Amino acid sequence: MALAIIGVVFLVYGVNPLSAYGAIFHGAFGSIYGLSETIAKSIPLILCSLGLALAFQATFLNIGAEGQLVMGAICGSGIALTFPEWPAYALVPLMFIVGFVGGALWGLLPTLLKTMLRINEVITTLMMNYIAIRILQYLLFGPWKGKTAWGFPYTDIFSSSAQLPTIGGTRIHYPTLMIAIAAVIAAYFLVERTTLGLEIRAVGDNPDAATSDGINYTKVILLVMMISSGLAGIAGVGEAAGIYGRLRLGISQGYGFASIIIAWLCSLQPLYTIIVSVLYSGLLVGGEMIQISLGLPKGIIDIFNGVLLFSILAGEFLIRKKGRSEK
Amino acid sequence: MTTLLPIITSIIKVAIEAGSPLLAGTLGEIFTERSGVINLGVEGMMIMGAVSAFLFSQITANAWIGIMGAALIGGAMALIHAFMSVKLKVNQNISGLALAMLGSGLSSLIGQKYIGIPGYTLKPILFGLDALTIFFILLVPASWIILFKTKIGISIRSVGDNPEAAYSLGVNVYAIRYICTVIGGVLAGLAGAYLSLSYIPSWTENMTVGRGWIVLALTIFASWNPIHALIGSWLFGGIEAIQYRLQPLGISPSLLGTLPFIFTIIMLVIGTRERVRKRMGAPAALGKPFIEE
Repeated sequence: MALAIIGVVFLVYGVNPLSAYGAIFHGAFGSIYGLSETIAKSIPLILCSLGLALAFQATFLNIGAEGQLVMGAICGSGIALTFPEWPAYALVPLMFIVGFVGGALWGLLPTLLKTMLRINEVITTLMMNYIAIRILQYLLFGPWKGKTAWGFPYTDIFSSSAQLPTIGGTRIHYPTLMIAIAAVIAAYFLVERTTLGLEIRAVGDNPDAATSDGINYTKVILLVMMISSGLAGIAGVGEAAGIYGRLRLGISQGYGFASIIIAWLCSLQPLYTIIVSVLYSGLLVGGEMIQISLGLPKGIIDIFNGVLLFSILAGEFLIRKKGRSEK
Repeated sequence: MTTLLPIITSIIKVAIEAGSPLLAGTLGEIFTERSGVINLGVEGMMIMGAVSAFLFSQITANAWIGIMGAALIGGAMALIHAFMSVKLKVNQNISGLALAMLGSGLSSLIGQKYIGIPGYTLKPILFGLDALTIFFILLVPASWIILFKTKIGISIRSVGDNPEAAYSLGVNVYAIRYICTVIGGVLAGLAGAYLSLSYIPSWTENMTVGRGWIVLALTIFASWNPIHALIGSWLFGGIEAIQYRLQPLGISPSLLGTLPFIFTIIMLVIGTRERVRKRMGAPAALGKPFIEE
């Protein structure tokens, strides 16, 4: 359904939708370069959407992955810029840990406001996004402005020990990819095999009933959100140290928002995040290529996200209706 | 004193102007939420209002047609949300979010040819304020009277508090929710029109910069009361005014730019605490779909 609606948008722009989709697919998966870009871009998507899937399972609508990613990138970069002389085996793990903590702390305030005052987390996590991006701006135009950045809002390039290794000639920074895959597997076991996973699902089903069953709502939400926003923070470190080799404006290409869609497309199942993230990433990579060749504007990704989200909702409605009529 | 007075009046004027789109959006969202529907898509409807006001006024060379276009588009977007939440009964938070994304994307798609073109400007008519601002201010008492002193208002509030009871008394729950959600969209559209025709008469991508989200916080801060909405909007406008005043003092504009968002969170906290303290209720059925038995 979403494909059909976006097809209409292509038609309005005088582009044959089928050939556009063909071009997207070919751009994303049809060449070594396209494929490697698709995988590289899927890394932050896997991390963020995995975190969001967990939070959404507990019905905490974390819309703040974007800001949490930025904060993780800032904190990780802070380490990279402060200890450039450290060897990689000490520096890189510390960057990831601090990035995780930074992201998690950025998600803490909305979480506390939700558990203590029942304040709508959608609004607060979004506000935290805006604040994070402005802090990033402040750092890049102010104290962290690179001496070699020619006036661009970039820091200096990190020292070589703070740069993540990549698979030969591509932008796939495999340490982050490995963390992402490990996190997916860990999350799968967390949800399926542990008490916490059980509690997450119970809270998600019905918070009031879960509380009366003796589950500590605050504890569950707090834990889930620390994991969720921490993972986004790790994604931020990966982008800074793996893709750009520095902190810069636009460190996230809207990954935090795209991950919301991905999490829903996965029906909030951790294992699916890898495959759906790769597919979505392919769409981004292929989409970028046709944007350039066909002259389509950037906004089309947002439209796609919005339409896709509506389609998921309508799909859920249909499933529910079918389920009811079968009963 | 002679130097201070003009500064104060100019701050007040900027506060009223900057508060204007927030006021319109908040009044709209108050209607929507009073009827029990929560629409998080204000940002999307507002930005679509801004781009369509600019577009329509460029095409027809008439700012008023631009304003009407913005109202229409805002209303139409709200209709999508109403359909999703009232008819399909889906998760309203997510539907609103989808609307926000859709608006952001569509507006940058539609508006990309118009970036940097000077727009049609509304002229000030009273105390240096333009017609839209004055209209928004007049809407405050009007909405208050409608919500709290008329039969329609009672119906709206009862639908938001206890749709089952309202339904059994013969109130058309669906119709009221549809209408109130569309009112919210129309006003969010007008807020956008104000931005692109008066506040910054031009079109730039993402020119709403989060105002649609601030509106949602203001609605809670105002405890769903139009008069409190006026106070909240002007307070917020004041923050924006002070921001411009502080900039020449050498404080980073990026850091100053965080103020509205920090303040939004503070307002949410204050609003919620007040509500708990005075037991002023949010519409009891807010965000819950109505299912006929």
